[in-house]
Amino acid sequence: MSPPTATGDETGRPGADNRRQLAGRYARRRRWGRVGLYVAVVLLTLFAAFPFLWGAITSFKANQDLYSRDNNPFLFNFPPTLEHVRLLLHDTPFDTFVTNTLVVAVLVVLITLAASIPAAYSLARLDLRWGGAMGIAIFFVYLIPPSLLFISLSRVVSQLGLQDSRWALVVVYPTITIPVSVWLLIGFFKSIPRDMEEQAMVDGYGRVGAFVRTVLPLSFPGIVAVVVFTATLSASEFIYALAFVSRTSQKTIAVGVPTELVRGDVFFWQSLQAATILVAVPIALVFNAFLKRFVAGFTMGAVKG
Amino acid sequence: MATVEVKHLTKRFDGNATPAVDDLDLATGEGEYLVLLGPSGCGKTTLLRLIAGLEQPTEGEVFIGGEPMVGLPPRARKIAMVFQSYALYPHKTARRNIEFPLRAAGMASDERARKVEWASELLGITRLLDRRPRHLSGGERQRVALARALVREPDVFLLDEPLSNLDAKLRATARDDLKQFQDRVGTTTIYVTHDQVEAMGLGDRIAVMAEGRIRQLGTPFEVYDDPADTFVATFLGSPPMNMVARNDVTVGFRPESLLPKGVVEADADAVSVAFDVSRVEYLGAERQVIGTVEGLGPPTRAIALLPANVAAPVPAGETSDFVVRGADLRFFDKATGLRASRMVL
Amino acid sequence: MTEGRRRYLLDREGVLGPLLLAPAVVYILALVGIPFFLAVGYSLSDVTVGDPSFDYVGLRNFRAVLDDPVFLRALRNSLFITVVTMVLVLVLGKILALVLVQDFRGKWLVRFLVLLPWTTPVSLATIAWLWLLDSLFSPIDWTLRWLGLLEGNLHWLGNDTLAMASVIAVQVWRIVPLAAVIISAGLIAIPPDINDAAEVDGAGFWRKLFQVTIPLTAPVMAVATLFGAILVFTDLSVVYVLTRGGPVDATQTLPTWAFFRGIQGGDLAQGAAVALFLLPLLVAMAVLILRAVRRMETM
Repeated sequence: MSPPTATGDETGRPGADNRRQLAGRYARRRRWGRVGLYVAVVLLTLFAAFPFLWGAITSFKANQDLYSRDNNPFLFNFPPTLEHVRLLLHDTPFDTFVTNTLVVAVLVVLITLAASIPAAYSLARLDLRWGGAMGIAIFFVYLIPPSLLFISLSRVVSQLGLQDSRWALVVVYPTITIPVSVWLLIGFFKSIPRDMEEQAMVDGYGRVGAFVRTVLPLSFPGIVAVVVFTATLSASEFIYALAFVSRTSQKTIAVGVPTELVRGDVFFWQSLQAATILVAVPIALVFNAFLKRFVAGFTMGAVKG
Repeated sequence: MATVEVKHLTKRFDGNATPAVDDLDLATGEGEYLVLLGPSGCGKTTLLRLIAGLEQPTEGEVFIGGEPMVGLPPRARKIAMVFQSYALYPHKTARRNIEFPLRAAGMASDERARKVEWASELLGITRLLDRRPRHLSGGERQRVALARALVREPDVFLLDEPLSNLDAKLRATARDDLKQFQDRVGTTTIYVTHDQVEAMGLGDRIAVMAEGRIRQLGTPFEVYDDPADTFVATFLGSPPMNMVARNDVTVGFRPESLLPKGVVEADADAVSVAFDVSRVEYLGAERQVIGTVEGLGPPTRAIALLPANVAAPVPAGETSDFVVRGADLRFFDKATGLRASRMVL
Repeated sequence: MTEGRRRYLLDREGVLGPLLLAPAVVYILALVGIPFFLAVGYSLSDVTVGDPSFDYVGLRNFRAVLDDPVFLRALRNSLFITVVTMVLVLVLGKILALVLVQDFRGKWLVRFLVLLPWTTPVSLATIAWLWLLDSLFSPIDWTLRWLGLLEGNLHWLGNDTLAMASVIAVQVWRIVPLAAVIISAGLIAIPPDINDAAEVDGAGFWRKLFQVTIPLTAPVMAVATLFGAILVFTDLSVVYVLTRGGPVDATQTLPTWAFFRGIQGGDLAQGAAVALFLLPLLVAMAVLILRAVRRMETM
């Protein structure tokens, strides 16, 4: 049984000379492909990182060097100086901002974990009638953005007497972090088979005990993802911080740096850049270390939740 | 249609000292159905992928139709491959799946349609053409994958354990379908499997592989009846060949050759053994008798396979007289495991 | 008997479930639910910081807002910025994702650098851009001058069109890493057999990309796009730091306008009304996400 043949003499494989040409062509394509890859890598990396690379250099630039239209911004035309970094660390409230941010971040992480782990467990494991609806409701809550709520929340905050205090942030940030964390953790908990908990319950533990002993240790990556997400959000959140806190001593980095390192119309650019680098690099390092886990949590949550 | 030849082929993966494929030589005949058989990790899939061009050899060469394939990617080799998972494009209908290689080759649409029709008729899937893979059963998916391979009219078919994803009942009929398919189309086929029943049923020749090397290449009869070493001897055949280690040589005999005295006519070189039966399993068409054999060498655990129409009583817990004909004995060198010359015991 | 019953109370799903949910639910109801309804309430009232008495005024605020040319400008800007940003993010994010799944030297460093825009606090990252776009000292202008492509300076933040371009550029710059990370997870999820099969079937790079890779990652790309769109649409920081909505309201967006009216201007009612316009579009986006995710589950 022979197949309908194509028109022309498409006999099939290339003859010897053709084959050599073909092999050469493919080798060339592979090489260009590799070149293309590296070009893309370089361009994209430059695009993403050049503000930071420039910022790192600028932090050490002398004023005469910086405030000059014609000086090369990527080189030190005058010798580098630590003056501005010193200024940042000693003469500005930068350290206060860092302290505030850390305090807020740690507390928000604790509150978030305390609220979302039980909630996620409840929705993932226990068959509640309105469980599915709850899951969707949580998702929708996440969609109500700070830019919608901050006006009325500022009233609530002042009613609670937390106006102008970092405690306002500690209380409010979990509203952003809890929905996403619950969503993330549901995905993680669901992916762990029930057998383990059931085994523990047969062995004599109650539901809660079984959960704590079996599921929790296995969901460690998910919990890490929650911690990282929550912490980074607390450090970068801007809208609430801007709206609720105007007293310098209570500001976090995200708001303090843009507003305080400015006297009138004058920006302390070098110090600002130094601040940016000092904050950006550690966060990025932490994020990178946990990147895979975070993405796994995110995509699992999306598919299962 | 073309032959496949492989010379001194070696593949080393990064970080592994032992090569996955080790200085292998192999040549198929035209239109031959060659099976690569071996346990997992023996290198059979790697060999297949090297032939396909999905991996590059560390040393050695691949020839298809007598032409060296060095530097050519899979799509320039005129091959078609069916994967263990079938690798159907989940977002395309069966028709589009089958059409895909033809589109890639830039074929005109009426030409394409004719070929798709021809291939789907050959495989009996014409009514399934507008369904997506997730609406097809395992067997149907396999046939779509075969159609996709067929339309390219390749010189070589490469199949990577295509039956292992089907459940046992389906596998037998699917095996039959495959054999008919190959008979009709007649293209040189290289088929990878770890299942020796499949290999024996499908292959014109079988290459038994272990640890990146070919232990024996031969027809199903050859590899079963005259194994080249103890590995091949024990890999083929279920239950495996019984092996008794004497101090000069290892003696092997198949379970179906171990029969009660009097059932078979002993020849001049037959050996008598005392079979201490521990258990008899009644399996319907046959009885498996498990016990310890004495008299040939040190007492060794052995299995005898008695067809149902051999009614000789073999009581469990007792020792009975069993016989193995001289012609059924196989000898292997004690140290190397390789086939040794016949001896008289 | 009751003693025994009580001991196993916590094992009953009916009791345990709601109990475990309670903290999260209470928190959300208190600090999201109440402010939300409060916001709705404000928008229907005449509350200002100066006059906090609540008087119902019906839809007057919404009418006033819709008559306000600045608001209409802000609405248009929000939509325009979001759409343009997300198109660029999708293309660049896809390219970056394809790059990130390859193996090459220095991959860890590249990943670190490429993620910086996303992992840095928005306000700080935007500050760096403030100088980069400075009308006198901009290093970008300097480079363009050095390359001979420019004489003088570009008023990045002083010119209407350039200011919009700047805002879009910064948003794209910070969202691309997030999109790339999500999309690359989707790329990894494609079974390797499918890629091999496409190779054997004769698909070259471009055919494989458009016929196999992109269709199979479409749901993931949809999720990434929509999450990014929400982030851009509801963002206050970039516009606030970069242009304060200027020059003269040229880059005003819904969130920033709500802020200026509501908090800085003190008119809570109007601010709330402006902010509430965010909601219908967000709900639409949410519905689209859920559907895309459902398709991912059935693939």
